[in-house]
Amino acid sequence: MTTTDRTLAEPAPRDTNVRYNQIGKPLVRTDAPGKVTGRTPYAGDYTMPKMLHAKVVRADLASARLKRIDVTRARALPGVACVLTAADMPDRNIATDIPGQTGRDRLKTDQQVLVRERVRYFGEPLALIAAESRDVAEAAALLVEVELEPIAGVYDPEEALKPGAPIVTAPDNVVATYRIRRGDVEAGFAAADVIVENTYRTQFQEHAFLEPEVGLAWVDENGVVNIRVSTQVIEHFRAVADALGLPHNKVRVLGAMVGGGFGGKEDVTVELYLAILAMHTRRPVRLEYSREDSFVGHGKRHPFKLVYRTGVTRDGRITALDVQALADSGAYVFLSPYVLLYCAVNASGPYRVDNLNVFARAVATNNMFTSAFRGFGGMQACAAYEQQMDEVAGAIGMDRLEFRRRNLLRTGEPMATGFVPPSSIWTEKCADLAWEALGEQTPDDGPVKVGRGIACYQQSYGRLTFLKDTSEAWVGVEIDGTVTVRSGVTDIGAGQASSLAHIAAEILGVTLPNVIVYNSDSQVTPLAGTTTATRALYMTGNAARQAAAALRERLVAVAAEVLGAAPDAIELASNRVAVADDPARGMSFAELVRLCAARGVHRSELAIFRAPFTSPLDPETGQGQAHPDYVYGAHAVEVAVDTETGEVRVLKCIAAHDVGQCINRAAVEGQIEGGTQNGLGYALTEEMLYREGRLVTPSFSEYLMPTAMDMPRVQSIILESRSGIGPFGAKGIGEPALTPVAPAVANAVADAIGARVFEYPITPERVVRAIAGRDRAGAAAGG
Amino acid sequence: MSNERRITLEINGAAETTSVPAHRTLLEALRGLGHVDVKCGCEKGDCGACAVLLDGVAVDSCLTLAWQAEGHAITTLAGLGTPERMHPLQQAFADLGAAQCGYCTPGMIIAAESLLRRVPDPSEDEIRVALSGNLCRCTGYTKIFDAVAAAAAVMSGKGDAR
Ligand code: FES
Ligand code: FES
Repeated sequence: MTTTDRTLAEPAPRDTNVRYNQIGKPLVRTDAPGKVTGRTPYAGDYTMPKMLHAKVVRADLASARLKRIDVTRARALPGVACVLTAADMPDRNIATDIPGQTGRDRLKTDQQVLVRERVRYFGEPLALIAAESRDVAEAAALLVEVELEPIAGVYDPEEALKPGAPIVTAPDNVVATYRIRRGDVEAGFAAADVIVENTYRTQFQEHAFLEPEVGLAWVDENGVVNIRVSTQVIEHFRAVADALGLPHNKVRVLGAMVGGGFGGKEDVTVELYLAILAMHTRRPVRLEYSREDSFVGHGKRHPFKLVYRTGVTRDGRITALDVQALADSGAYVFLSPYVLLYCAVNASGPYRVDNLNVFARAVATNNMFTSAFRGFGGMQACAAYEQQMDEVAGAIGMDRLEFRRRNLLRTGEPMATGFVPPSSIWTEKCADLAWEALGEQTPDDGPVKVGRGIACYQQSYGRLTFLKDTSEAWVGVEIDGTVTVRSGVTDIGAGQASSLAHIAAEILGVTLPNVIVYNSDSQVTPLAGTTTATRALYMTGNAARQAAAALRERLVAVAAEVLGAAPDAIELASNRVAVADDPARGMSFAELVRLCAARGVHRSELAIFRAPFTSPLDPETGQGQAHPDYVYGAHAVEVAVDTETGEVRVLKCIAAHDVGQCINRAAVEGQIEGGTQNGLGYALTEEMLYREGRLVTPSFSEYLMPTAMDMPRVQSIILESRSGIGPFGAKGIGEPALTPVAPAVANAVADAIGARVFEYPITPERVVRAIAGRDRAGAAAGG
Repeated sequence: MSNERRITLEINGAAETTSVPAHRTLLEALRGLGHVDVKCGCEKGDCGACAVLLDGVAVDSCLTLAWQAEGHAITTLAGLGTPERMHPLQQAFADLGAAQCGYCTPGMIIAAESLLRRVPDPSEDEIRVALSGNLCRCTGYTKIFDAVAAAAAVMSGKGDAR
């Protein structure tokens, strides 16, 4: 089915040993038994003697001046330990940039811990309370007297750019700008037969992890502030220490199994409040957000306005692309510059565009701040470019898949930034397989029209390479043959810890129950970086692999000597070590470890894995390397649209991804299925709605994510090019699983009704309006 | 507080006594007694993470007052089985990868158990309806449906959990 000659050679698979004992199979995760029997403690399940309960008092206006805050009555309430305001911490700021980062200066983007004078968003914290019980803390919150004087705010990034607009971030509300320039865009448009321009809009999305933010802090006998918290990033201990004026080694962040993150627990959440209250009261303090606190307490996915202008020849060659992207960064910067960069870098998607101009800006408003969310700007770009691909194909009357095939990047070709991804690019294979798997089309049923859509994508794994990312893991063997892995990696539900166990088990030839992983402690486990950016398996997996491999080499040397064989003739499997072609010559793994111990062989290894380190992209042209590598794939859906009510039902859902190499097949499928749920919600129902910055969807009965009734079954097609730069040739799947889902749905709806809804979510009202618009246009053309 | 009352709750087969005010939810009371396998996701009846069996029927413990639970048998996830002796639902959830972050899992398994006690051999639609009050953000529900069906087969002697 290939229409372009594949002249570029595929990279050789990085790992040719495909006779894995465990890797790639659907294995039971090490964390499963605890979770299904209720034995796994989450951060909110820990308590301590004499523990206090905390509460955050928040502003109920989005743009205001704090005229007066009086906590006298709240402080006087029996059972209240303390009520703190900005007056108690005059110069404290909270860092809001590059979580856990080691090698780069931070942006000047810090947020006041508590409002000093100016309220910039709805829910901005005004005061902290610690009390003997939750009831008392809540009663005290009602006694805090607050006088807010409204100030004209700005709630739309386009308005925020106009001269005279209220200024949220000086001098002009622009918090970040990126450009990408390749080739000659004007010449490209001149060479086009057809030019198609469209504007696509995306919404605020909520992470909606099931476990609200929660933590417990205490000051120990060494004066160390310990914070047990639900977080993706234990390395915020640095930001917390900086904010408190403490040395970095006096703040310790301990994780627990995290009840979902998706980017929403990537910034500092409750840590700093807990630390402040624990230091102030010298007692343990627990803070658990209510669902409403959680909704107003952490950043959202950036809404984007994306204007795409594409030049194309009649035979389906893209000659030029101009993209203007505008993101709402809300009231504080947080990770907006990086999210924006992901959008810019991915603006042309997995396509070859020789003449490209991208201009991307993030603008401050008095809306809720926006920050990391699975997909991180790359998915908003995809939400637009894949709709545009269908629109352009329609404009030249070409089949949607064929048009894509003619423009898809192939292995070895440069992407928008001029960087050549080091791994295979199997987008076409994925698209063909996904489309084929849709099978026979479901017939229309009266007013219910059936349509199909496809979306291809490109999404990075690993952090921005100019952040100079590293990750550490330690692997050791005990003299009874059991294996211990220690690494700071946080486990947010995807099996991050379990996959380290799988990797160590595979390399050392032991069975999974013999491996235990200790993770997520900033002062005790080797620092592994963040669990974000689809990086945990790539970075920490590689570190664990390196550590286990080094250890294996030492053990095998002893085994070779004792068994009288060459080291590469030694095989480790199923807790045994033996000569490969003479299995009778062997011993148990435990015996080998004992032999090593008796000889003083070093039975552990600490490894560090370094991602590629680069300079930032060229500021004028955006050329250079932004990420270590990219994942490619496609998502196909079939929908049924009731043209009378506008209701959309997803009938079939096929996800095809080249994940490089599965570590645990069931876990990969799980990521794909969960990512699809998130993407379907984004496409159809989910929207955090703000009116003048005020949240009007503060609960799960207003914010609608897909339930068991709404979700179609997801069929996963998992391809393994073994070309990734993760362990065993793995790429990553956390974010990619979500990226193409929404535009596939949008394209299917457009296919069903013959009109496009250019704005997410694709609600029944918008569908009905699009149909009416189509009919009006038809009538006008006919008349 | 003045309106507290001593109540005795039957939790996973054992009687436990606590002193709580009238407005204390069963969720708070259970967690206060250390039954932290019961999870809190919203306290509004929207998410199902807090589900427990009350006389064999799933209820949101955040919408049930502790006082009302007196005289009823309460079963939490931990009351169904242990890592050494798992309930078929627990086994199937573990084997099929139906728990990711695991935070919705206690409520999911309880809701599924409530269904299987009424309908031993449910269709997928019946499973979907029974779990429709339980939100999950990680799994997309696919593996949860599979796990419930697999457990139903085991419990009615028609198959094994894999
Ligand atoms: S906590 Fe009870 S339904 Fe959400
Ligand atoms: S497994 Fe995380 S919410 Fe269901």
